[in-house]
Amino acid sequence: MRAIYTLCPDPDCAQRVVDTLRVAGLDLGFAADQVVVVSGEPYEGYNFSDRYAKSYMFPLAAVGGLVGGTCGYLLTSLTQKAYPLPTGGMPIVPPWTNGIIVYELTMLGAILTTLIYMFVAAPLPSFGAHVTDPEIWTGKILVGVTDPPESSSAGIEKAFRQAGASEIKRFPAPPASPVTR
Amino acid sequence: MFHSSKQYWIAVALATCLVLAGVCTFLYQVYTGIGIWGLNSPVFWAFDITNFVFWIGISHAGTLISAILRLANATWRRPVTRCAEAITVFAVTIGAIIPVCHIGRPWLAYYLIPYPSERHIWPNFRSPLAWDFFAIITYLTGSTSFLLLPMIPDWAAVRDCSTGLRKKIYGTLSLGWQGTPRQWHRLETAMHIMSIVIVPVAVSVHTIVSWDFAMTPVPMWHSTIFGPYFVVGAIFSGIAGLILAMALLRKFLHLEDYLRPIHFQNLGKLLLTMSLLWFYFTFAERLTTWYGNDPSEMAVFWSSIRQNFAPMFWTMVVCNFIIPVPILAIKKLRTITGTCIASVGIVIGMWIERFLIIVPALEHKFLPYTYGHYQPTWAEMTLMASSFGLMFLLYLLFAKFVPVISVWEMKAGLHHPSATPHASTVTEVPIRSGFDDNPLPSDV
Repeated sequence: MRAIYTLCPDPDCAQRVVDTLRVAGLDLGFAADQVVVVSGEPYEGYNFSDRYAKSYMFPLAAVGGLVGGTCGYLLTSLTQKAYPLPTGGMPIVPPWTNGIIVYELTMLGAILTTLIYMFVAAPLPSFGAHVTDPEIWTGKILVGVTDPPESSSAGIEKAFRQAGASEIKRFPAPPASPVTR
Repeated sequence: MFHSSKQYWIAVALATCLVLAGVCTFLYQVYTGIGIWGLNSPVFWAFDITNFVFWIGISHAGTLISAILRLANATWRRPVTRCAEAITVFAVTIGAIIPVCHIGRPWLAYYLIPYPSERHIWPNFRSPLAWDFFAIITYLTGSTSFLLLPMIPDWAAVRDCSTGLRKKIYGTLSLGWQGTPRQWHRLETAMHIMSIVIVPVAVSVHTIVSWDFAMTPVPMWHSTIFGPYFVVGAIFSGIAGLILAMALLRKFLHLEDYLRPIHFQNLGKLLLTMSLLWFYFTFAERLTTWYGNDPSEMAVFWSSIRQNFAPMFWTMVVCNFIIPVPILAIKKLRTITGTCIASVGIVIGMWIERFLIIVPALEHKFLPYTYGHYQPTWAEMTLMASSFGLMFLLYLLFAKFVPVISVWEMKAGLHHPSATPHASTVTEVPIRSGFDDNPLPSDV
């Protein structure tokens, strides 16, 4: 993966750069989804972040809970019917006590579904090369273009400067030039 | 791998010795049989189940408090949550190990798991012990996820700010976290759902632990109040454990900028509330028994109030109520030292409370000819000390290898609209990995 990026000091600057790049992308030949934003903390209230806010995690967690609860019901009731214990006239399938296991497995189902969905949607694990910079952990926000067309580098740099970004970097970092004596 | 102080290694060595003593005792017990414990007829449960209930109670510190504070959007929680969540995971793990020791034949522990046995022996789903299995598995899964998910970005921070082997290890742990808005949103939504789910799970876990007793027709066990009584006791001891852990981390990791007096004051207020609630439940439980005047229940009642268990009972009252309430109610006394003194008392008092729930009742069952006497042996005491050693060891290792303050959550808190003036004074959040003396960015 190649990328050309800048480090913004605050989210307002990042939003400006993202907007400029999206407009410039039409002329320079890269798509909007090639514009990448990377930060060391979450930001709310900015379009570059909030456009990813919608997810199906809540309804899927509920579905996972339903599946877990159903498994709990089947595990308890089918077992009790298959191997009935002497209960002295009490029900073979007792709803009160089975309800406790159904409840726990409902919760477990919701937890596991949330975890699975998070890892799939994030997506994680993702050990391939991706754009990053240690400076994001000091509060800066990385905004860049991944795999830009060779001919568009100058245009992208121009767009960065138009948006007020001065420091422009490349990923992977170019090798240092040999020192001549 | 990291540079650590001499005191750290001494603490690790001491904790390891305790754990090794416990392992040796356990192996000896497996070899000779559970007869080396002081258990007898009718006292089949004693120290071990006391420890089980105690550790499950301590586990309520973290995840429950962290989840409630997350849902309430309390900004002061940010430096506290990870310390708290770690306590939960370690305490539940220790709590789950204890029944395996107790069954005497640990290689048959898998009988607890519902599986199709060729001998047609299935777990009885009507038994509270089977409910325990499901509750603890769910709680352990939820708590571990609740602890590990917010660590992923912090591990990525350590990865990006380090080199060599450390970079590889934290690179693996961070699962390739990048920090895109999509990842942040998924993580925050997942944490929100976890917070919602984990609160009822935590309540159910200790309720089910209480039903191990309440579903049994033993005097002073068969009580409708036991569920909420145990939950209150668990949160009570859990907050005390959390305060002690925070104070130790603050002192030894020099986290004074993050774990501030305001955190201890706020947790002190919660502790005061729980102390009053605990007293209310204890009083209500004893009053109902006394008023009913059932002979079998009164035998247990008087044994704990006036007879051989009276010193323990009144120590418990002093530790859980008499000492903490004035300290925590008076603002001038609700300092870091004050809350720590109250917490030490509460941890001791709550362990005694669990013991007093279990042993006096079993010693005085319905028929006087079944009365018995229990005396703990060296093996039980060693295993108990070892459980504390294991907790310390796990926490020490955790503090060394993991940023004990959630760095990204602290930073997000600074930009949050409801950030407190206290939080806003913290301008730099160095990425520290536990006892490492140098902030990691300097290694780059």
